[in-house]
Amino acid sequence: MERRKNVIPGDVITSGPFRPEQNVILEDKNIISTVVGVSEIYDDTVRVIPFAGKYIPKIDDLVVGKILSHTSLSWELDINSCYVGFLPAQDVFGRDFSAHADELTSKLKQGDMVAVRIANFDRTRDPLVTIGDRDLGKIDNGILVKISPGTIPRLIGKKGSMIQMIENATDAAVTIGQNGWVVVSCESTEGLLKAKEAVIMVDQKAHVANLTEEVKKMLESRNES
Amino acid sequence: MGGRDATMVLLDENGIRCDGRKVDEPRKIMIKAGGLKNADGSAYIEFGDNKILVGVFGPRDVHPKHMSNTDTGILRVRYHMEPFSVGERKRPAPSRREIEISKVIKEALEPAVLLKRFPRTAVDVFIEVLQADGGTRCAALAAASVALADAGIPMRDMVAACAAGKVADTIILDVNNEEDQAGQADMPIGYMPGLEKITLLQLDGVLTPEEYKKCVRVGIEGCKIVYELQKKALAEKYFGGSS
Repeated sequence: MERRKNVIPGDVITSGPFRPEQNVILEDKNIISTVVGVSEIYDDTVRVIPFAGKYIPKIDDLVVGKILSHTSLSWELDINSCYVGFLPAQDVFGRDFSAHADELTSKLKQGDMVAVRIANFDRTRDPLVTIGDRDLGKIDNGILVKISPGTIPRLIGKKGSMIQMIENATDAAVTIGQNGWVVVSCESTEGLLKAKEAVIMVDQKAHVANLTEEVKKMLESRNES
Repeated sequence: MGGRDATMVLLDENGIRCDGRKVDEPRKIMIKAGGLKNADGSAYIEFGDNKILVGVFGPRDVHPKHMSNTDTGILRVRYHMEPFSVGERKRPAPSRREIEISKVIKEALEPAVLLKRFPRTAVDVFIEVLQADGGTRCAALAAASVALADAGIPMRDMVAACAAGKVADTIILDVNNEEDQAGQADMPIGYMPGLEKITLLQLDGVLTPEEYKKCVRVGIEGCKIVYELQKKALAEKYFGGSS
């Protein structure tokens, strides 16, 4: 049986004893895709990587956000979703934060990019995000590449294979937000542009099999020239 | 309306209809997914002489806020006919008929879309009829479900739609404008072929129980034809033709 398959909503992926995961539903005994994308069967789980759709926050996801505005107690972040991220000031200033003594704009201004983690999210409240963790915080340099949130798993690859390959070939540091915003930074302009191109290529060719090979070829071809 | 002969024969002795089709033959259908840059998802359908454009936004914030639901996302549909879509200028304000069709299409899509995952949000579907020639609600419904899939809204199945009807005491597939005006019955059907479930069924006219059953059967066959074209349209956009 084919492991990968192009599917659209309503397509039966399989009817075996599998566990339905992302973007699939169990209807009677059939596992049905709910979106346009590529189906994957891993061990005993079935999931579909979507080609379109908005990002839906999930607890513990690392996302890249942009500061929209702030109140005296918190910032609001655009996280490329239908909900806005909510970053409380205590998270940045620490427990001894005081609303009159500390000025929020001294740490993060409107338009700043930040790497954050979704700390809490439920159906009644907007997602609460945190920057109090390793690798998180304000992003000072790099370029922002916006891709479809659905293709993020493809960009990461199996156990990070795809992204490691891109990073090794270009010496770039790539911060991947699960919301489809990717920040690429690199000391050399050449590596920066190449890594950016690779990220865009993964997004556009997400449905192609053996994508890792193709990206590898692209990265190598430019190295020689 | 239209340029066709007013004293036409709806069904001749050879079983050929006023526009040259057989009794079980749908009109020429063309569906295209995508096409609008600023909408999250879009679709264009040509269903015979019907030309309909659909744009989908969302999931996004609900305005006005009081409409939002903390348990689920909501679906909003606007069906609108352009002033130039029919023979005589149609006033652009929503008419009684357009409000009804908006509601009917919304309720036909609701069983398919999975909005539980997007609480406090709305998915907006905008349907613009550029040219109308009978059976726009079916064509609009078929295009709307392609546009929803294009926007990445999760769905149980695509909703296909097609009408069946009765003309000259015969059950026919895909009623056009003349047959709708002069015929005996018109039955638009919305159908999820994968799940074998009907989501829209209306009937204008009088049918015997036998005719009714046949009409539903014929309409569902039409929906299956539309379904294949919907799948093709999405495959063309996302997989470059291969499914």
